[in-house]
Amino acid sequence: MLRPRLVLTGVLVGAGAFLLFCWGLTLGDYPVPFTDVVRALGGAGDPGTVIVVQDLRLPRALTGLLVGIAFGVSGAVFQTMTRNALASPDMIGLTEGAGTAVVAAVVLGWTGGLGLSTLGLLGALATALLVYALAWKGGTTGYRIILVGIGVSWICTSATDFLVARGSRFQAEEAVGWLVGNLNGRTWDQVDTLALAMAVLLPVTLGMGRWMRTLQLGDDVAAGLGTPVQPVRLALLLAGVGLVAFGTAAAGPVAFVALACPQIAQRLAGTASPPPIVSGLTGALVVLGSDLLAREAIPGTELPVGIVTGALGAPVLLWLLIRANRAGSGG
Amino acid sequence: MASGRRLRTAVLVTLVAALLIALSLLSVALGALNVPLDQVVRAVLGHPPSRLVDNIVWSVRVPRTLLGLTTGAALGLSGALMQALTRNPLADPGILGVSAGASFAIVLAVAVFGVGSLYGYVWFAFGGALAASVLVFYLGRLGRSGATPVKLALAGVAVTSLLSSLTSAVVLTDQDALDRYRFWSAGSLADQGSGELLRIAPFLAVGAVLALSCAPALNSMALGDDVAASLGRRLGLVRLQGVTAVMLLTGASVAVIGPVVFLGLVVPHIARVLAQYAGIGPDHRWLLPLSAALAPVLLLSADILGRTLARPTEIQAGVLVAFLGGPFFIALVRRRKLAEV
Repeated sequence: MLRPRLVLTGVLVGAGAFLLFCWGLTLGDYPVPFTDVVRALGGAGDPGTVIVVQDLRLPRALTGLLVGIAFGVSGAVFQTMTRNALASPDMIGLTEGAGTAVVAAVVLGWTGGLGLSTLGLLGALATALLVYALAWKGGTTGYRIILVGIGVSWICTSATDFLVARGSRFQAEEAVGWLVGNLNGRTWDQVDTLALAMAVLLPVTLGMGRWMRTLQLGDDVAAGLGTPVQPVRLALLLAGVGLVAFGTAAAGPVAFVALACPQIAQRLAGTASPPPIVSGLTGALVVLGSDLLAREAIPGTELPVGIVTGALGAPVLLWLLIRANRAGSGG
Repeated sequence: MASGRRLRTAVLVTLVAALLIALSLLSVALGALNVPLDQVVRAVLGHPPSRLVDNIVWSVRVPRTLLGLTTGAALGLSGALMQALTRNPLADPGILGVSAGASFAIVLAVAVFGVGSLYGYVWFAFGGALAASVLVFYLGRLGRSGATPVKLALAGVAVTSLLSSLTSAVVLTDQDALDRYRFWSAGSLADQGSGELLRIAPFLAVGAVLALSCAPALNSMALGDDVAASLGRRLGLVRLQGVTAVMLLTGASVAVIGPVVFLGLVVPHIARVLAQYAGIGPDHRWLLPLSAALAPVLLLSADILGRTLARPTEIQAGVLVAFLGGPFFIALVRRRKLAEV
């Protein structure tokens, strides 16, 4: 079943992501040569270098890697399920919902004993259910989900604006810094939570890959082929939402990764639908590359990674829009 | 039944005018310190009961109310115009990225070019609004099926995301800019003197004249571009005039009260329903002024509500408008015949 081009693409993109991962570890106030980074990852070499690489820089790089994979895989799941390239989690309000929940926790100081990750997850889940319910009208179409999602995300955005205006200056800075998608100052806390969540969600998602492909053929055909359509759809939806939510909680809503990376992966691999694993690797490549660009583009300033993906991703979205030549009446 | 229609039209106009007057009085009366309505009327007529009341009414509440009336009218007019020009029921200065264009240009003017006065950065706002609207209109038309509502809305979202991430990049590097930006971007009528209003009034006036004079052409364009052209309308010219009006109305409003989303979306739909009841039908010579009159009703209501709900602080009017307008947008999306205005 595995096509050579798919495997080759996966290997190349994965290797690229690993190179960027290591390259990111070389950068900082204390430059470490590339070869020393690779050795330090294995615990070998100068003890000082090992501490710098493993304790100070690794959390950032790992967050970028994991977030990229989470967003890429989740985008592939959503786009495959809705059969619409534009139905990515960041277009239909999930990241905005997670953002509102997290900013509310930051500004109101109310966490109910839950961590920011859990709140982000709840926010994204609630938004997903809301969008799905509001777009439901004896079935639902891809375009209605997208438009309803746009409406819901505007509401979430204005709630977030209100909270940011209400908070203190310090809280506002923290919230806006988070809202744009940022890998600065990540610690092992973020990595641990995200890694744990992905250790559960990724196998679940990828394990349903075969069913995901049959769902593409339409519900009736899928049921005929022995796919439990409704349970699979619900499980995929929850897994996809979970991946986005934990990723967002760790690094903020890094714009356009979930939208663009599955499309890029699909074209690189030459498949009919976004391949989940390659989409995840592409996500890692894009997030790590964008973070490098954000750190190095203007000497002396560290831009948040989300600004780079936002600026690079908008043209991708526009290109998808132009290409989408079906008559989308949205009805 | 021409006389029946005239009667219903008169009733409609009276009702809207009465609503506007009542809300304006309430807007002057309510706030951190409530002023009884009779004292409001006396102060407005020039016989204030006390200096405190005089001060509150004339230096705080009246400018705020007038600002709500004018910018509301501008955004309502802008939305109605955009919906007519694009024949898209989902058009709104916020959704289609025009406000985001103005916002980004203003932030750039303030943080990068050090422009301090409204007169200085309102020009940036126009530039940003124009660039964003042209870009979105153009992008929405690309592709085989032309400008569908979905494509226009998505083009708006794309342009908005791009601009808002650039805006964040600028404000994050400048703490003072962020501090001002966060209040302004929620969309508020608070803390504006009469000076700001006077400064944008000429732009709003020119925008309103340009917009209203489009109305006959928009009526012919509603029959289709070919019909309009055969009726002697020069479509390119009308679109240019319309986009200029949108740019002036939206740019100037955003420069003062911040981006307010959904106001321009909701109001023209209500105006269409009311015009139908009054028997006026889809005549833009009525729809445009009606939208301009109804939008301040909504904006002032949201502003009054925001001041009353969260006393002694307030919820920004833009936030409440979004909370009321969002469900409306979703209801609209769920309707079957989205393609028709």
